[in-house]
Amino acid sequence: MGRIDVVMPQMGESIAEGTLSRWLKQVGDTVKRDEPIFEISTDKVDAEIPAPTAGVLAEVLVKEGETVPVQTVVARLETDAAAAASAPAASPPAAEAPAPASPPPPPPPPSRAAAPPPAPAPAPAAPAPAAASAVETAEERLKRRSTPLVRRMVAEHGLDLGAIPGTGMAGRVTKNDVLAFMERAPSAPAPAPAAGAPAQPAGGVAVIPGPVVEPWEGDRIESWSRIRKLTADHMIMSRRVSPHVQSLIEIDYTRIVGIRARKKAEFASRGVNLTYLAFIAKAVADNLRKHPSLNAAVMGESTIFRHEINLGIAVALDWGLIVPVIRRADELALLGMARAIQDLAGRARDKKLSPDEVQKGTFTITNPGGFGTVVGLPIINQPQAAILAVGSIEKRPAVVTLPDGTDGLGVRTLGYLSMSFDHRIVDGADADRFLADVKRTLHAYPDDAS
Amino acid sequence: MSETTYLEAIRAGLAEELARDETVLLLGEDIGSYGGAFKVTEGLLDRFGAGRVIDTPIAETAIVGAAAGAAHMGFRPVCEMQFIDFLSCAYSILTNYVATARYRADLSTPMVIRGPSGGFVRGGPFHSQNPEAAYLHTPGLKIVAPATARDAKGLIKAAIRDDDPVLYFEHKYLYRRIKETLDPAEEVLTPIGSARLAREGGDLSVVTYSAMVHKAVEAAERLEREDGLAVEVIDLRTLAPLDDAAIVASVKKTNRVLLVHEDTRTGGLAAEITARINEQCFEWLDAPVRRVCAHDVPLPYAPPLEDWVLPQTEDIVKACRWLAAY
Repeated sequence: MGRIDVVMPQMGESIAEGTLSRWLKQVGDTVKRDEPIFEISTDKVDAEIPAPTAGVLAEVLVKEGETVPVQTVVARLETDAAAAASAPAASPPAAEAPAPASPPPPPPPPSRAAAPPPAPAPAPAAPAPAAASAVETAEERLKRRSTPLVRRMVAEHGLDLGAIPGTGMAGRVTKNDVLAFMERAPSAPAPAPAAGAPAQPAGGVAVIPGPVVEPWEGDRIESWSRIRKLTADHMIMSRRVSPHVQSLIEIDYTRIVGIRARKKAEFASRGVNLTYLAFIAKAVADNLRKHPSLNAAVMGESTIFRHEINLGIAVALDWGLIVPVIRRADELALLGMARAIQDLAGRARDKKLSPDEVQKGTFTITNPGGFGTVVGLPIINQPQAAILAVGSIEKRPAVVTLPDGTDGLGVRTLGYLSMSFDHRIVDGADADRFLADVKRTLHAYPDDAS
Repeated sequence: MSETTYLEAIRAGLAEELARDETVLLLGEDIGSYGGAFKVTEGLLDRFGAGRVIDTPIAETAIVGAAAGAAHMGFRPVCEMQFIDFLSCAYSILTNYVATARYRADLSTPMVIRGPSGGFVRGGPFHSQNPEAAYLHTPGLKIVAPATARDAKGLIKAAIRDDDPVLYFEHKYLYRRIKETLDPAEEVLTPIGSARLAREGGDLSVVTYSAMVHKAVEAAERLEREDGLAVEVIDLRTLAPLDDAAIVASVKKTNRVLLVHEDTRTGGLAAEITARINEQCFEWLDAPVRRVCAHDVPLPYAPPLEDWVLPQTEDIVKACRWLAAY
């Protein structure tokens, strides 16, 4: 008795691997010489591969649906004529697997079997031909032959391709494998982190597991809505991605108070409520052009200076927070700005915003002052460079210069503007010059503003 | 509202444009009292008269040449090729004269050449061709190939209104097999140069056009049932100029793409799209770009051979499975 190897035939000069689509014989079946024992698939043709010799199918080493390099042993036949096995050289099956004689040599890789889609086994059962095993296995070789997308993802997130289990053909790592790996990463035994240090998966950002929390009697538990989950993820991401620095500036709104009082009725007659926020948004939009680093985004190791000035206005809703965007805000006059804010905020509350109205913001304003908060320290709305918080606007005593040149106390309408900015691309001086310009604009706001 | 076949939709589009614009003319072999080999123009002679629905000799060069002259003189002629296979008889005047007129002489040539293309009807090598690749390579020509009744109407109307020559490849297999409810009162115009999302999915994309859209959707539905795969299908509608943005967006979304066309493989549209994907979104590919096309042979008469040469739903299913598992 002897055993004869049956190998994956080479279907064409440039073909390096083949997919075994179907077994036509089961282990234990008797086969005649040249009787088809398995089927391989190519793009257009299913080829039946004949037995190299008569015998009994003793071992099946490759599962249906699996792709293996050519010359891989896929089965062994038990032959009666032991002598015949004296030279069991892995000779390709006699029948030059019927590579279609007709025109197109099916070049692309073979298709999968029609059988129920077997999850491609990560580790092929068939060992690679012994001769090649010296350096690396066929699986290792295929794994390194990764796709452009996977290479990009691995490079971007600083991952080790070899550490990611692959579920693609012959163990190839796919996009989904990378995504699954990154999701698991925090608990995965990542390459030995320094003792006590948090695991270092994607991009070297430490994943810190939150504390273990349990509800107490009487507590109410509410699972996160989609908007809450998105907000949470975005805030964590923003804090990690951007080194936040904050600057504060005090604004004297006394002049704006006067203009607003004079204009309020006129604006109201056109259906627009004239708010302090409109003046501030206008001053911000008008000054961003001069301070491009505040109207920017980080792309890899480059800065994108946005051409459009698209102002996001944070709107608090009963069920969360949303930031509708005023496109090309610098092209609006005061009336248009006030109307845009009113319109977007109204529609945000009515859930009538379209998806593109919350996208492409380049700078965000948030308005905690509406609740009486004096100074807000907001988190940057990624991928923007900065976010401005408007503090409460109220009358306060202030030192003023009296007509006779001496100093005295006066009642002024004051408030703070605070800004968080991304110190990767905005230096303190840039931020402070911008705030000073906004202040100057508001202090000298033209009387005939419209 | 009424059920409109693909063929009736072409006829309705022609009739609407004939009625709307008196410079629109039809030219072709037996398109008048006979109504055309496939009856696309049936009834139009009675309605619009022999001055506007013109029977021509069996001479494709003359049809295209006469149309080009008429177009230069302010008309909007629509030529029918009895089978699109015979457009090759007019290859010289079409590629050397018509396609270059705007470049050479700033001459607008608002003309349409339409005709039945495609196989699956046992038509053999002279009556089954998909010759788009031959004309895709000629700058100056626009090419459209509708898959649905709605687009059959919308694209013939848009083609007639276009100020440049448009090749309109209708698929004879779809003529009476595809129906859709179209409101005769609605003005249907399909923009040239814009693809259609025929089916949404996140796992892989099939980019195709004309009759293959229906096979791709059928394959996608089978894959959803049997494999749980969400296959996206893009119906290109216009082959020149290609809607790169739609193709790239789908590749960036699913990262795996299969190109399908009924035309033969070598030098086909799929090769061009593959090149564009490589140029524009190589780093978004999670598997090689694959194609399912007809073999590089003249289309045989024998039914089993025709079935073997042309791409079938099963071929698309297999290729998708391979791509999904890659």
